[in-house]
Amino acid sequence: MGKLDKFVEVGRVAFIANGKDSGKVCAIAEIIDQNRVLIDGPCSGVRRQVCDMKRLHLTRFCIDLPHSARTAVVRRKWTAAKLDEKWKETSWAKKLEARRLRTNMSDFDRFKLARAKQIRNSIIALAAGKIRKEAKAKPNALRFRKPNKKRHIKKE
Amino acid sequence: MAPKAQKKPQGKQMAKSSAPHKPKNSAINASRLMKYSRARIFQRKAAYKVKKVKTPAKKSAEKAAAAAFVVKKIGGDKNGGERKVYKKTPKSLPTQVASRKVQLRPKKTFKKHVRRIRSNLAPGAVLILLAGRHKGKRVVLLKQLESGLLLVTGPRKLNGCPLRRVSQRYVIGTKTRIDISKVALPERLNDAYFRRQRSAKKSAASAGGSADIFAKSDAAYAVSAERREDQAAVDKALMGAIKASGDGPMLRSYLRSLFSIKSGQRPHAMVF
Repeated sequence: MGKLDKFVEVGRVAFIANGKDSGKVCAIAEIIDQNRVLIDGPCSGVRRQVCDMKRLHLTRFCIDLPHSARTAVVRRKWTAAKLDEKWKETSWAKKLEARRLRTNMSDFDRFKLARAKQIRNSIIALAAGKIRKEAKAKPNALRFRKPNKKRHIKKE
Repeated sequence: MAPKAQKKPQGKQMAKSSAPHKPKNSAINASRLMKYSRARIFQRKAAYKVKKVKTPAKKSAEKAAAAAFVVKKIGGDKNGGERKVYKKTPKSLPTQVASRKVQLRPKKTFKKHVRRIRSNLAPGAVLILLAGRHKGKRVVLLKQLESGLLLVTGPRKLNGCPLRRVSQRYVIGTKTRIDISKVALPERLNDAYFRRQRSAKKSAASAGGSADIFAKSDAAYAVSAERREDQAAVDKALMGAIKASGDGPMLRSYLRSLFSIKSGQRPHAMVF
């Protein structure tokens, strides 16, 4: 549990997690009651509508919106704050994009990925083998032991 | 508008129409119902103006019927005195007039069946074969044959699958496409070409009835020269097309590899 810094407030940028428009971000234009808010995402293709808080995941972004701001105002503030770029740069958005790419891989893409992994792993295995060989050659080397581990050295 | 004479084949009298006319009647919304009723069409076509010519075909039919049997006299009392003896025994000698059942939707023979193809199967698509001796192989679709089966090839050089027919049902169509517009398929590749050859001896024997049923079936299947020729020609062109496509080397090793479901993969959730 992190800091309680993401509040449901006018201007809070939220991610719609399920239902229609799922996967898109929007701004909270108005708070209706405990459970519902009015959202609007003109730059992300979300129509101005009432949304249940259960569907929304709050982001750390917040734009300076007057309450009940109409769509044109939301659009203006959104573009001024460059939220599209900011959102794309977050690791949240990047993870979503990676997941999307992965599910949309064709059979050929999957083959290419597997082949690339195989090549990478063989390079790694070769390099690791070399290191192992060199380490064996050195008699008193640490040899994969934990660096700070106390070794019991027999007294001759 | 002058009434157009109806195009009935009435003996030698064929109505000459100046130009092919649009049909006066049409179906409503692809149903069986027509826009105009029979009476209405009679009016629209002004068929009342067309004189009906008696078909001479009737006479010839009667003649043919008359010639089919010979009237012979027989002896004995009270049995009519004569009999019609058929020259050639007709297939059926009905005692009643068979009522013609109107075929509203007549049975379509296999030849006339509509052949459909899945939208994602286009020539040049890479397919995954799911059954048969080449199951798991990734092959290239060349075209759909007249019977509806798909003509595929490995290419044989890459995965051993020859020019072969395959049913759509046992195939996964992938998104991967190869541009085979430059690949010229030999004309003779059709269903008859791929039809399984039954040994002539056996088929004749079974037809005749007297067969040496313990006769060994003839030698194992041998690839014909024309098959080799066609395979070589198609494969050469196809390998060229694969080379020319963007992912040449990768595509080659892709077609060599076999498909399998790995742990954690869910086919219904996968994009092919």
